[in-house]
Amino acid sequence: MERESNKDLILKKENEKIMAMELIISKALNIGVKTSAFVILIGLLMLIITGKSGYPIGYYPTSPGEILKGFISLKPYAIILTGLLLLILTPAFRVAVSIITFLYEKDYLYTGITTLVFIILIISFILGKIE
Amino acid sequence: MVLTSLEILAFSFIAGIFGALLGLGGGIIVIPALTLLLGVDIKYAIGASIVSVIATSSGAAVAYVRDKITNLRIGMFLEIATTTGAITGAYLAGLISPKYLYIIFGIVLLYSALAMLRKRHEELPQNVVSHPLAKKLKLEGSYFDKVLNKEVKYKVTGVYSGFGTMYAAGVLSGLLGIGSGIFKVMAMDLFMKLPMKVSTATSNFMIGVTAAASAGMYLMRGYIDPKIAGPVALGVLLGATLGTRIMEKLRNTTIRKIFIPVLAYISIQMLIKGLGV
Repeated sequence: MERESNKDLILKKENEKIMAMELIISKALNIGVKTSAFVILIGLLMLIITGKSGYPIGYYPTSPGEILKGFISLKPYAIILTGLLLLILTPAFRVAVSIITFLYEKDYLYTGITTLVFIILIISFILGKIE
Repeated sequence: MVLTSLEILAFSFIAGIFGALLGLGGGIIVIPALTLLLGVDIKYAIGASIVSVIATSSGAAVAYVRDKITNLRIGMFLEIATTTGAITGAYLAGLISPKYLYIIFGIVLLYSALAMLRKRHEELPQNVVSHPLAKKLKLEGSYFDKVLNKEVKYKVTGVYSGFGTMYAAGVLSGLLGIGSGIFKVMAMDLFMKLPMKVSTATSNFMIGVTAAASAGMYLMRGYIDPKIAGPVALGVLLGATLGTRIMEKLRNTTIRKIFIPVLAYISIQMLIKGLGV
């Protein structure tokens, strides 16, 4: 009888851990998504109000370095693109946070699986850059 | 300028709602709306569509992961297949004529639309026996269904066929650049026999990860035009947030009934492209 209640307790703890993990991932995502939406909105409003993109007509930066440089000098197009860049990074961020939470949960099988996904992501990113 | 931004915002909002509801990226709404209604070059429409996929995925994941509708383990496990498939697809491009692929996948989708039609009255999967591998990988799960007002426990079968279809879905998205969300939902619903809500929420979680892999490339090639992709991202994010609220209040059968015509539409569109009619 006592053993069973112990088992229940362990199960309950396990569930709480998983709950916590889902909450952490969800909260981290929420911050990422809201920040990117806010930055895009500011850039878009600046573009509409001033009517200036900060770049010659028909041009916009396409490399992360150039985007960040434009962001610092508050160019509307670069601000929008910074927000988009943040948004593009959220899924990779989500995978990275999952690795840590699975590890915290001592679920080594899924720590491995998620790390593998992360490595494949990086490989495909590098392959895309070479092409 | 303001008017165009508002127009883009409006249809992206709708794309976000449907994307979050059905586990798709919204490309089927964003691409035709941009190219046909606003005359945007297909290049920039594709760039905006990639952004739309990520926005739907991340926007919806906030709620679905929190409410445990997304099965993180299934998502991560299947993501191995999709991402490697996507890389394979990128390399196969040029070796295989997309024409045959459109025909093959068009037929597959049409068939699955019929298979889904047959189980249109099924609210939750019945008599599913878990695959031994599903047990080993701890894929089984549960979620709280707000409509049925109870905790729904589900078993998982068809691990190999699900994994295989996900690989094919990845190849397809790498090769043809079309959203593999529809294949993901189909594989989880028909092969792995998950509840419809779990299928769409988990698909939603996955599509963003797959899209992120190629988004960097699109950005550097200049496909992501800020004045188009910016309003798309905002509209889709807002829409997806609303979409998650609607989805949790719908029955599994209702979601499936919305999904089937979309599936049939895409399959016919693919067949037309393949046959060159």
